[in-house]
Amino acid sequence: MEVDKNKRNFLKYVLGGSLTALAAMIFYPIVEYLKPPKTKSAEVSSVKIGKVNEIPNDSSLMFRFGTKPGILVRTQNGEFRAFEATCTHLDCTVQFKQEMGVIWCACHNGKFDLHGRNISGPPPRPLTPYKVNIQGEDIFVSKI
Amino acid sequence: MKKNYWKRFYNWFDDRIQFEDIIQFAAKKYVPVHSHSIWYYFGGVTLFLFIIQVVTGILLLLYYKGSEDLAFESIQYIMTEVQFGWLIRSVHSWSANLMVLAAFIHMFSVYFTRAYRKPREITWVTGMLMLFLAMGFGFSGYLLPWNELAFFATKVGTDIAGVIPVIGKPMLEFLRGGEDVTGATLSRFFGFHVAVMPAIFTVLLGIHLILVQRQGMSEPIEYEDKPEKEKKSMPFFPNFLLRDLLFWLIVLNIVALLAVLFPWELGVKADPFASAPAGIKPEWYFMFMFQTLKYIPAHVLFFDGEVLGILLFSAAGLLWTLVPFWDRKTLRGEKTRFINYLGIFAIVYIILLTVLGYLE
Repeated sequence: MEVDKNKRNFLKYVLGGSLTALAAMIFYPIVEYLKPPKTKSAEVSSVKIGKVNEIPNDSSLMFRFGTKPGILVRTQNGEFRAFEATCTHLDCTVQFKQEMGVIWCACHNGKFDLHGRNISGPPPRPLTPYKVNIQGEDIFVSKI
Repeated sequence: MKKNYWKRFYNWFDDRIQFEDIIQFAAKKYVPVHSHSIWYYFGGVTLFLFIIQVVTGILLLLYYKGSEDLAFESIQYIMTEVQFGWLIRSVHSWSANLMVLAAFIHMFSVYFTRAYRKPREITWVTGMLMLFLAMGFGFSGYLLPWNELAFFATKVGTDIAGVIPVIGKPMLEFLRGGEDVTGATLSRFFGFHVAVMPAIFTVLLGIHLILVQRQGMSEPIEYEDKPEKEKKSMPFFPNFLLRDLLFWLIVLNIVALLAVLFPWELGVKADPFASAPAGIKPEWYFMFMFQTLKYIPAHVLFFDGEVLGILLFSAAGLLWTLVPFWDRKTLRGEKTRFINYLGIFAIVYIILLTVLGYLE
């Protein structure tokens, strides 16, 4: 029997195209569904985290800045510095190590000085700093 | 009379299923006996531990609640209120760890005896995929109690995925269900752990086991070269199977002893805004990679340290999985020491870095 090649090709394309379209129709919504929606939490620009007299010299305070943890350090000479508490290495949350005088990450032994600079261990970048404002007795932290 | 019932019962099924073929197949199956025969049991042990995981996992599902507010409390409830809840959870955790250990032993024994060589390449690859999946089971299951250790281990683990060039960021968001590790991550990991991964694992396990049945046990090269007369073997049924079951019984006892004498801790509930505590450690089978990441400096040439580490481990894992395809010498029937040296290096590296990780 003679085969009409044009007809066959036409059918091949129609069928192939339909199957591709069908696959796209099935997988597109699934792939989109898997992407988490952007959370609509209000963008935080400044938070009040405590009072000056609550934080002695050479100590620290963990606080919440929007969805991220933050760290406030009061140095030996009474200066306040605040940073995003997320280690720039692999996302662990850092802490103030009083005896070493550094900000330390317990996960991979990364160290930052009290200016947030990465000084030892694997962290590749400094900590992201926040701006500290003292209004009367209240401490406010805001994005730079 | 009783016997008659049995006979009728058997015949009813035999008429429909024809057991004859299966019995003949089982009767013909022989297991080679040689100085390395002991390693044949570890695949079976891994399978047994997987069965324990499925059973205890289903039991835990009856009480576990996979949400940020309830996960920790539901496990507390399982461990303190539910009859034998502590035992079921402890068995699940211990058996998970032993399963990964048994899978590693099984994998290395197959590697050193070159049992991956033709025609068993697919068996090897499915086995490797199951080993990776078993580690994925461990990683995702680790988060489910929503405790401090697990929270930070998950942060680090998923962040590692995030540093891979190009696909890292979307993958991180896919795994975490957002930018950070939150309740959304817990929901996803719960889904992966109890639905997605078991489904994939079952398919791989099916292929793996069918191939083992179809191709029989691999013979070590030295054994293969012996004249037929000198080759010793034992029937699979019942000789090998009974020994297998004896091994399973021993393993069951080990699991029970560990679960009772060293019940699995629950730890402290995760607080996403607290600092990571000292002593953050992943499960032992991730320790060598975790420890390596500590030693790699922040920048190596134009790479960030952790990117380099992850790329190296991914490449090593890929090469290892593909060993049947690049080990041409074994394929040609030649002896190669390189494979042994590489295997010994891998084992020494893993053990050394793991020990260092625990000593710190």
